Amino acid sequence: MPGTAIHREWERFTLPQKLGRYALYLMAAIAVVWSFRTIEIIAEFLYDSPAQIADLFTRMWPMDWSYFGSAVWSSLVETMHIATLGTILSLGIAMPLGLIAARNLTPIPALNWFAHFLFVTSRSVNSLVWALLFVAVFGPGPLAGTLAIAFRSIGFVGKLFAEALEEANKGSIEALVAAGAPVRSQILMGYWPQVRPAFWSIALFRWDINIRESAVLGIVGAGGIGVALDTALNLLYWDQVAVVLLTIFVVVILAELVVTAIRQRVL
Amino acid sequence: MTAPTADTAGHRQPFRTNWGGRLAYVALVAYVIYAGSHLGFSWDRFVSGIGNGGHFVARMFPPAWDRWGLLADGMIESLQIAILASFFGVLLSLPVGLLAARNLMPVWVTWPARGIIALCRSFHPIIIAILFVKAVGFGALAGVLALIVGSIGFVGKLFAESIEEISLKQVEAVRATGASFSGVLIMAVQPQVLPRFIGFATYQLDSNLRNSTMVGIVGGGGIGATLFTAYQRFDFDFVLSILIVTVAMIMAAEVLSGWIRKTFQ
Repeated sequence: MPGTAIHREWERFTLPQKLGRYALYLMAAIAVVWSFRTIEIIAEFLYDSPAQIADLFTRMWPMDWSYFGSAVWSSLVETMHIATLGTILSLGIAMPLGLIAARNLTPIPALNWFAHFLFVTSRSVNSLVWALLFVAVFGPGPLAGTLAIAFRSIGFVGKLFAEALEEANKGSIEALVAAGAPVRSQILMGYWPQVRPAFWSIALFRWDINIRESAVLGIVGAGGIGVALDTALNLLYWDQVAVVLLTIFVVVILAELVVTAIRQRVL
Repeated sequence: MTAPTADTAGHRQPFRTNWGGRLAYVALVAYVIYAGSHLGFSWDRFVSGIGNGGHFVARMFPPAWDRWGLLADGMIESLQIAILASFFGVLLSLPVGLLAARNLMPVWVTWPARGIIALCRSFHPIIIAILFVKAVGFGALAGVLALIVGSIGFVGKLFAESIEEISLKQVEAVRATGASFSGVLIMAVQPQVLPRFIGFATYQLDSNLRNSTMVGIVGGGGIGATLFTAYQRFDFDFVLSILIVTVAMIMAAEVLSGWIRKTFQ
């Protein structure tokens, strides 16, 4: 049909999509401008910040390595135990909750909803706040830290575990059901082999995060290397602070390397 | 941990006893007992703690709303910290992430960029906040700067990974038209990574909001300072009302970021 070519322009997004995007861009811009104009910044502090930073580094150097033997090493061991025990405890609590939260395993919406509510609560409260609460209950020390790490991790572990369960292939489970397997066997022989890689990957990932988190819990008195950091900070021994910071840095990097190595070998 | 046992078992025992697995469980239990005793956990302590917990919870109820002005000021400051930190953090993590992408950049560029990301990632925002409080003084600015550093570490890493996963066909096609490097970035890379990038940014906004309620504990501004003061003064009823508002705000932010992700899908 010569001469009747319809003019068509290809567009990636429809009009409502575009409008939605622009509205969100606008909202983001307004939020940033509002925050920028109203946030309280004390200008006087800014003037001497270069001097303060220089002071910080000169006081940090040379590092006081005697602090490592006297306080840092033992509190580092404590941090590792807090992170590991906290992760194990959270796995113990989150796995049954994950079974309840998975819609294909527990076909009762109220229970699913309840488990998800617990997950969201656990994740919404920061680990430092959990630590504050447990310090008030159990007193300062690693018990509060371990429980804080565990309660903070439940939401993360449980949510991901429930998602892995929901993604499990139905075929082998239907086969088990057809063979008359009880629920326990369905979970152990049907679901567990399917979610096992996801489970280990979640556990390792969370352990890695928990090492980082448990390093600061001591600031509110919940044990671990944070206590050594807090003591040094309060006494303004920046050369000791530097030792603690370097130790945390090395441990976090090592933990990440270990997790990556285990993942590659096991998963 | 437990290796899958293939057809080694006979027909009588489809699921062979997994001795390695059992040994691992015994080792796990042994570790828990050892570490627990190392940390000084005991049943008495736990039981007395439960008693304390009763008192503690009793003092928390009912939540106190009489100092709502203080609460609102702290929440608003936390929100501002989170927004600014996310904005600048995401903005700065764009170039850092791009420089760290191994498929677009030469090795001598990616290594330093990866080093920066690793350094930003390995410290908890609270520790970075302590250093910034020393550097720029008490207040919201220290919190903003600390969370910016944390955001660069997190978003930069994910952004670099998602750039590394893009399809290079489109990059080649755009390059074949004679486009400049910025043209390649805008026309070939950006459309492939934008939805994921928005996802990371909104996730980081959530995460910054969580942390901005905390940096106040070490002097970084926001509701954390109010919370910690109330806690130290044993005003546990006010602590509870702060926690309720904080959790509500974080949940609202999660819903909002869910919407944003859906819009940019």
